[in-house]
Amino acid sequence: MSVAMIASAADRRLLDESRGTRAMTWIMAIMLFLTVLAGALGLGTLSAAVLLDRQLAGRLTVQIVEAVEAKRTNQTALALAALRASPEVTRAVEVDHAKLAMLLRPWLGTDGADPDLPIPAMIDVDLGVASDAAVARVSAAVRVAAPSARIDRHESWMSPVRDFMAMVTWLAAALVLLMAAATAAVVILAARAGLETHRDTIEVLHMLGSTDVQVARLFQRRIAIDTLLGGVIGTVIAIGVIALVGLQLAALGSDLLAGLSLGARDWMILGGLPVAFAVLATLAARQAVLTALGRYL
Amino acid sequence: MRVLAPFVSAGNMVNLRGVAQGRQAVAHLRACRRCRDRAMQGAGHQILKRAMRAAMANIVQFENVGLRYGSGQETLSDVSFTLSTGAFYFLTGASGAGKTSLLKLLYLSQRPTRGSIKLFGEDAVTLPRARLPGFRRRIGVVFQDFRLVPHLSAYDNIALPLRVSGVPESDVEAPVREMLAWVGLSDRVEAKPPTLSGGEQQRVAIARAVIGRPEILVADEPTGNVDPDMAERLLHLFDSLNRLGTTVVVATHDFHLLGRIQNAHMMRLDKGRLLDPTGSLRFPPPNAPSGNPE
Ligand SMILES: Nc1ncnc2c1ncn2[C@@H]1O[C@H](COP(=O)(O)OP(=O)(O)OP(=O)(O)O)[C@@H](O)[C@H]1O
Ligand SMILES: [Mg+2]
Repeated sequence: MSVAMIASAADRRLLDESRGTRAMTWIMAIMLFLTVLAGALGLGTLSAAVLLDRQLAGRLTVQIVEAVEAKRTNQTALALAALRASPEVTRAVEVDHAKLAMLLRPWLGTDGADPDLPIPAMIDVDLGVASDAAVARVSAAVRVAAPSARIDRHESWMSPVRDFMAMVTWLAAALVLLMAAATAAVVILAARAGLETHRDTIEVLHMLGSTDVQVARLFQRRIAIDTLLGGVIGTVIAIGVIALVGLQLAALGSDLLAGLSLGARDWMILGGLPVAFAVLATLAARQAVLTALGRYL
Repeated sequence: MRVLAPFVSAGNMVNLRGVAQGRQAVAHLRACRRCRDRAMQGAGHQILKRAMRAAMANIVQFENVGLRYGSGQETLSDVSFTLSTGAFYFLTGASGAGKTSLLKLLYLSQRPTRGSIKLFGEDAVTLPRARLPGFRRRIGVVFQDFRLVPHLSAYDNIALPLRVSGVPESDVEAPVREMLAWVGLSDRVEAKPPTLSGGEQQRVAIARAVIGRPEILVADEPTGNVDPDMAERLLHLFDSLNRLGTTVVVATHDFHLLGRIQNAHMMRLDKGRLLDPTGSLRFPPPNAPSGNPE
């Protein structure tokens, strides 16, 4: 007796498949379409978040908030000196005053150009190491040198965005899991219905000495083929939609959304989803059939 | 038809080539398993085998068997009998007497509500589910309602027992074609059961039951739907199988058939009880071990 998962050509005729509805194929196509979209969203936000982390990690802005211009200039120089003396700092550059004024113009109007209006001085800082300890040491050094310095980590400005991305990633993962559970449930129901439909045939097979595993194999094969076919259809359509959305995103030219791209590994994961779902469906069907057959004599 | 010629000449041994081939294929499979067993058990195997053979003088043993469907009256009560390996039995009784019920116990489609049943020397009542297939493959059954698989051709229906036993596809065709010829259905190879007449379906069912040359053949009214000539032919098929060593049990209303098999035993059921001249409810009676049917 072979223990192959897939039945032979003769076995294939055993369950009357001519009238068997192919509903399973279409349900799986829809399931996989939704699952692949959810998976793409999750993987996209995940890679965007990783990119964001990499860009923001170890970046600081030091502001010298001082109304008197002479003091401000002095403190800025002291802060810069302190920064450049810190081993953790790889780069410390004062943001050009004219550029700052330009950035502020939309808020301050033409008054922003008034040289008498005190605008804080700003220093862009890159740290070689992004650890909290390094940030704390650098901050302490700057504060000693320039008491009116205020230090902001870029990470904390972006943390709401970062949290949102994490939430979307988790939501997508939960959706994929829910789809997997729904698929298993549908398959189990279909397998039970199939057992009922083929009850007479199964009884005859049992009387001729078929084992439960042999009977289950007949169902497994059918469900494996139906779900794999449906899954591939759904995945292909979903990947087409994702490609279209990707083109739209690229056209937007947004830095933040550009991070939402899928790498080769992500595409492989998405491509593996229909196979994983077909395997899950097949195992669920097998278990459902074996459990139900256990109640026969 | 070449193969039917010896078969029609009554009393002659039928050339059961197809059955032998089917048997060979199944036996080959069993032999492989046996080699493995032997390798594992060594010398102990021989002793075990001898003990098994001794126990197998009685292939079936019923002791005070009772069967009740649901909560009604007992359908079978205090049924006790033994079947000797290689013997031929008729089971008769009025409609509703419990013949089919008794046979169901015999082919393991039903468990008794009380009593003990020994099959092939082993307790069949407490047999774990996982061992049922192995036992069922040693029993051929012609069901009263045929139980052919409606969407399978006559060919595929007859091939089922071989395929279930895992006989390779290359060894299936010859015995199946031979069997189809014996039951006179060579021209209906691809026909599906719903397009066959009652008698033709019955013949497919018989071919399916005998193709693996089972150790026990259980036939429930196997000639109910065929003309007397065909009934006699089919009976000779059973007789030939019996001569090759198969224990045969045939339930029938057809008293014509009873006298056609030499040395056949007869069991009679009446309202769920096995009748027998001594009233001991045992068959065959100890003092008439292999007598002709009375
Ligand atoms: N599955 C069942 N559930 C309940 N009662 C049953 C069942 N099968 C059989 N019976 C009852 O058991 C009794 C014996 O039935 P059985 O089929 O064994 O008779 P039989 O001798 O084979 O009759 P026939 O010659 O008509 O085939 C009948 O009264 C029948 O109604
Ligand atoms: Mg009956």
